[in-house]
Amino acid sequence: MRPRTATPRALAGAAALALAATACGSGEPAEDAAGSLVIWADPERTDVLQPFAEEFGEANGVRVEVQSLPVDDIQGDFVTAHEAGSGPDILVGAHDWIGNLVQNGAIDPVQLPGDAAERFDEGAVEAVTYQGRLYGVPYAMESLMLVRNTELAPEAPATVEEMVETGTALKEDGEVEEALGLQVSQTGDPFHLQPFYTSAGGSLFGTDDEGDPDPSDLGVGTDASVEAMEKVAELGEEGEGVLKRSIDGDNVNGLFERGETPYFVTGPWSLAGIKDAGVDYAISPVPGFEGMDEARPFLGVQSFFVASGGENKVLAEEFIVNNVAQPELATALYEADPRPPALREVFEAAEADDPDLAAMMEAAGNAEPMPAIPEMSAVWDPFGKAQAAVIGGEDPAGAVDSAEQAISEQIG
Amino acid sequence: MARQSGGAGAPKAPAPLPGARLVPRGGIAGHLVKAVLLAVSVGVAVWAALPLAAAGNWIGLAAVVAVTALVFWIYLSKRHIPAKYLLPGVLLLVAFQVVPVLYTIGTSVTNYGDGHRGTKEQAIAQIEAASVAQGEGADDYVLTLAARGGAATGDLVFLLTADDGRVLAGDADGLEPVSDASTGPTGKVTEADGYTLLTAAEAGGRSEEISEMAVPAEEGTGIRASGLSAAYEGRATRVYDADCDCITDTSTGEVYTADDERGAFYNEDGDRLSQGWRVGVGADNYARVVADPGIASSFFSILGWNVVFAAGTTFGVFVLGLSVALAMHTRRPLRGRTVYRLLLVLPYAMPAFAMMLLWRDMFNADFGLINRMLGTDVDWLGGTATARAAALTINIWLGFPYMFLIATGALQAIPRELVQAARIDGAGAWQAFRNVTLPLLMVAMAPVLIATFAFNFNNFNAIWLTTEGGPFPSDSPMAGTTDLLITYTYRLAFGGQSAQYGYAAAISVFIFLIVTLISYLSLRRSAALEEVNR
Repeated sequence: MRPRTATPRALAGAAALALAATACGSGEPAEDAAGSLVIWADPERTDVLQPFAEEFGEANGVRVEVQSLPVDDIQGDFVTAHEAGSGPDILVGAHDWIGNLVQNGAIDPVQLPGDAAERFDEGAVEAVTYQGRLYGVPYAMESLMLVRNTELAPEAPATVEEMVETGTALKEDGEVEEALGLQVSQTGDPFHLQPFYTSAGGSLFGTDDEGDPDPSDLGVGTDASVEAMEKVAELGEEGEGVLKRSIDGDNVNGLFERGETPYFVTGPWSLAGIKDAGVDYAISPVPGFEGMDEARPFLGVQSFFVASGGENKVLAEEFIVNNVAQPELATALYEADPRPPALREVFEAAEADDPDLAAMMEAAGNAEPMPAIPEMSAVWDPFGKAQAAVIGGEDPAGAVDSAEQAISEQIG
Repeated sequence: MARQSGGAGAPKAPAPLPGARLVPRGGIAGHLVKAVLLAVSVGVAVWAALPLAAAGNWIGLAAVVAVTALVFWIYLSKRHIPAKYLLPGVLLLVAFQVVPVLYTIGTSVTNYGDGHRGTKEQAIAQIEAASVAQGEGADDYVLTLAARGGAATGDLVFLLTADDGRVLAGDADGLEPVSDASTGPTGKVTEADGYTLLTAAEAGGRSEEISEMAVPAEEGTGIRASGLSAAYEGRATRVYDADCDCITDTSTGEVYTADDERGAFYNEDGDRLSQGWRVGVGADNYARVVADPGIASSFFSILGWNVVFAAGTTFGVFVLGLSVALAMHTRRPLRGRTVYRLLLVLPYAMPAFAMMLLWRDMFNADFGLINRMLGTDVDWLGGTATARAAALTINIWLGFPYMFLIATGALQAIPRELVQAARIDGAGAWQAFRNVTLPLLMVAMAPVLIATFAFNFNNFNAIWLTTEGGPFPSDSPMAGTTDLLITYTYRLAFGGQSAQYGYAAAISVFIFLIVTLISYLSLRRSAALEEVNR
């Protein structure tokens, strides 16, 4: 009985191996790694980049692939892919990623030929410069601005006080529900509060020798920061009631688009929705407090980075230096998503047709590049919560001190 | 049966299973299926082995070979009947449970995370590469990539057009003039005797070589390519010296010495170069968790709320689910019962993510539906007690339909005669429920309740998508009053974008221990519940 079954078993084993062998025999041919360029961008840019990528590919006889990644995951995925050796050649993203990308060795500096850097907006170049090196080629800038409903508030306010007065009067008359649309949320939002915080004298970091923010000189926790938050508290729920934790990123757009608030502190990304809603609007810089510093919102700069682990670094550099730094691509990117372009000539050409653009550029005039140092990631969360607590009516000194402790603990 | 076979007499060879004679002898179809399945396993093994071999990961390769050999050995043999049933489960258990736990423990004793991901060699290479800078007034060239000989294999040459139109050929040995080159309008060389000009695709194929090439120019500088058509004269201002294991910054004179315990280069002032590497740090991460003053002060309050949240959710969904199930469990089918059931199961059928976000907005103090409907002005998510109530409400609403389904099924399995008998014996409705229905129900429900508790103990989404752990007292920005251990530790380990995997792994090990302890206690409790059935 045993020998009889031995044969089918041996046969089964042999058949398994034979099947497996045939399955492997048809494996795909080794891919031609040479001459293919991979670009990672968020979904909004992917479509714009596609034709330029194809054109570049045809002109140079290489295959170019633009891959779309969700905007929230792209930085983390890029670092992970770099570590695994499977990343792209080019990354499109925000300048404040630079510190983290550099400490992970994921991007290389870019060398622009000759005076090419001078054709860009100074602030944009400053933003992509880290530790004295240019790490990306910028193409668009964005900063917070004040959008107002011109039916409700025809004049641009010169100071916070003026804005609060107008807004509160409208609210008392029952014309609007909220005096100001500024997202705070239960966990705070240091990005959107930055104009008021800086106007009242607050800062996040000092500056080091290379012009980068200095993590050993933390501005949160200083007397100036406590005073600034005391000023912010005056606008909070226990004060004027114009800053509220109930207003968050999900409902603030709707408030303005339905005409329920006269003022909206936001960036260029909200304009499309406002236009669709048909609100008559005008753009001006975010005002500062009366008799205090100018409001200095964060400047964000969108740029192209060369991946250090890319298989085609030479082609990546070529694409960035000779395409991104040229007006055609920058113009197309501007048209797809109207944010102030970083190339001066593109800005100048577009300015005449788009009144918003000049206003956005003016609003960005006082902006300071968002800190690109990796330590910044330790600031957002604790400082946001301190701000939310202060706006909710808690003691600024205690809240700021606790935030400072939590940040220092993280920075180490 | 298991009890009987325990004890003495174990070492004997296992007796054939009682039903062995009834097992059909392998027909041709059975052998064919077996062959196909084994072929698939070999296919998977080869698919996994090729990249492993390419990457030189011999340990991984050995594991693949060993597992495949084991699979063949077990399934081609007539013996090892129990192993044939157990093997797939055991392999999956090892792959998806044991290995991740071991990997987590392994990671927890390193400083792995942002700034410490790669090896020391990678960090040094990155530091040197990032430090290459064009000196003041150094030359720019128009670049044409060329080769002496074949485009793919010939020695790489940079043909450099200077501002004055001269063309130089640069290779690893230095620069020499090229007399007979012709250049185009942009300065690019169009033809040069003795050189093969590279197309973009050809250059792409030699990308690494081109990026690494630096044509020696003046003392200590090199001419490097920037793309396909520009080159610049630059100097690496940071140079690694293996003798002192340090990096010297030639522009400032600063010396950064390697610290192999912390995995980065530090100067005398304690400033580090940002590119670091991964090193073992022993129990440092665990020490940091234990010594963290924030953790010490908030751990027990978070643990307390965590238990209340998990137990409260479990209790809430059980009571609500069971009540609804009892209400629907009428002797004569309720009119429109299907419609009611559909409506009740609806919260369970909706995507939980969207529902949680919706609920969060409904609890908004100024714009939320709840305040508007009730005409109240409660800052639901801003106060500790109300935020906790909100979190529990949302979670119970999401969870009760499942419990309703289970309870409905369990109720239908209990014979009505038992309750009727109890009623005839003089028990009231409550008494009959309490002493007859509930104990029988618990046999089926207890394991589900324990699973519900364990799941909600770590229910990250239920908190992160609703309160985000808030509200945060002004003196503790890291620990909110609705934080669960899992949300709290997630914030600690990944505060913002920065990832500290080593530290996160150490915290995970602590959570693993806590959950293990709780599971152990609950399983003992559930064993006690099963006694009811005996």
